[in-house]
Amino acid sequence: MEPNHSPEFMEHFARPRNVGSLDRRSRRVGTGTATVSECGDVMRLQIEVDPQGRISRAMFKTFGCSAAIAAGSVTTEWLRGRNVDEAESFTGDYVTERLSLPPDKQHSSHLAQDAVLQAIADWKHTRCRRGQPAS
Amino acid sequence: MTPELPIYMDYNATTPVDERVLEAMLPFLREDFGNPTSHGHAFGWKAQAAVEVARQQVADLIGATPQEIIWTSGATESNNLAIKGACEMYRDRGRHMITCRTEHRAVLEVCAVMEQAGWQVTYLPVDETGWLDAGQVEAAITDQTVLISIMAANNETGTLSPMAEIGQIAKKRGVLLHTDATQAAGKIPMNVEAMGADLLSLSAHKLYGPKGCGCLYVRRRSPRVRLAAQIHGGGHERGLRSGTLNVPGIVGLGAAAEVARGDMAADAERLGALRDRLDAGIRSQLPDVHPNGHPTKRLCNTLNLSFAYVEGEALKMKLSSLAVSSGSACRSESREPSHVLKAMGVSDALANAAIRFSLGRPTTREEIDFAIEATIRAVRELRAISPLYELAREGIDPKRLE
Repeated sequence: MEPNHSPEFMEHFARPRNVGSLDRRSRRVGTGTATVSECGDVMRLQIEVDPQGRISRAMFKTFGCSAAIAAGSVTTEWLRGRNVDEAESFTGDYVTERLSLPPDKQHSSHLAQDAVLQAIADWKHTRCRRGQPAS
Repeated sequence: MTPELPIYMDYNATTPVDERVLEAMLPFLREDFGNPTSHGHAFGWKAQAAVEVARQQVADLIGATPQEIIWTSGATESNNLAIKGACEMYRDRGRHMITCRTEHRAVLEVCAVMEQAGWQVTYLPVDETGWLDAGQVEAAITDQTVLISIMAANNETGTLSPMAEIGQIAKKRGVLLHTDATQAAGKIPMNVEAMGADLLSLSAHKLYGPKGCGCLYVRRRSPRVRLAAQIHGGGHERGLRSGTLNVPGIVGLGAAAEVARGDMAADAERLGALRDRLDAGIRSQLPDVHPNGHPTKRLCNTLNLSFAYVEGEALKMKLSSLAVSSGSACRSESREPSHVLKAMGVSDALANAAIRFSLGRPTTREEIDFAIEATIRAVRELRAISPLYELAREGIDPKRLE
């Protein structure tokens, strides 16, 4: 049966936004790498946070199915311009709803959620380790 | 000029009915609709005559006699009849059979049924090209072995089997040999004597005939092979396969066999060159592409490639302009990697990122050139997104992530 993907899904799969890498050595950058052990999907998501605690850039790369690619795209779009505290409340449900993912594709939503939370944790850890004052 | 999209490049899955075949079939769907078992009138006679012509045509394709051809609904049924029928008929000889891990599920699942019925089945391994060593077959034979079932050519990789060698071994050891020749029929010259086959399955729809029709070759001389029928009823096909004959389908299979016999050499040469063009076009421009299958002992129309650092489902979606098969031909919707590639020792990741291109009679050079460009573009796009590819470029083994 032909997969019945939403137009939003197809758009973000065909032309994913914010694909790429940020300088992981920068103290402003947090990197999260999440995996789904069952299928081997990998998402690396990075955020760059400005001194005001606002996410100025978010980039991702994904090895995974079409849903995982589209998930990285809409997740990075959502993150951009948000405050880190707000971003910490991000859940995969946003991805599921925005892309109209069927239940068998929702591991991609969890993948994106994991990657976001890891990226934020990494940013906090990096900042702490490098002795940056809280903004 | 851009060819019409999507481009069909999945001829190992099925083929369109050849115009010449369709022309031969049409009268038997219209005015000549008789039942061949209606012995009392002209409608029946005409249908019966057509069925016998088809029997001769199919026999000629494989070097058999017409009396050795039993009509079935397709290769799956033929495989069922061959394996279950032979095992049931000759069970007093022993309870062991031999097959191979890369067989089609229409053989493997039948073997699983035989195991449940108390039979012992040996599943022979293959090497990394999918090649089965005939010596392994010989070593696996015991005094309990009744049947060997080995495919003539693999549907996923196109890798051939050393049928003549296996046939000699089977004959020497007094074991029956069945071959599923579904993919090989019409693509490579086949002769049941040269192959030493006692039973041979084939299907019409893989050789430009209609779906729903196939046949089983059953050897009549040295040895005369007997089978226990699996479908009972009116006693058609000498009691081996009851059920009103699918006359248009049978006429189609016969015509397809005759067309194949005439066109095979020219088709093989043309498709082999196109397949090599596709292979070279992709692999000369993309790194980290792994061919699956034997480099030379392979069907001329089949190319199976694994693209490292990309994921199979995403690749197939990017390649929506091409109708091709991915990692698993029959269960593409599941993530279960192909049992064929697994048996060849291909990693799950590479098996998942495998694409099978299979060319056919209608394939053109323009389609091949389009497929080369489309494949390169799709893989490059996905690798640009792939963190594994980035790591690999930096010299880090992506497996460390796992």
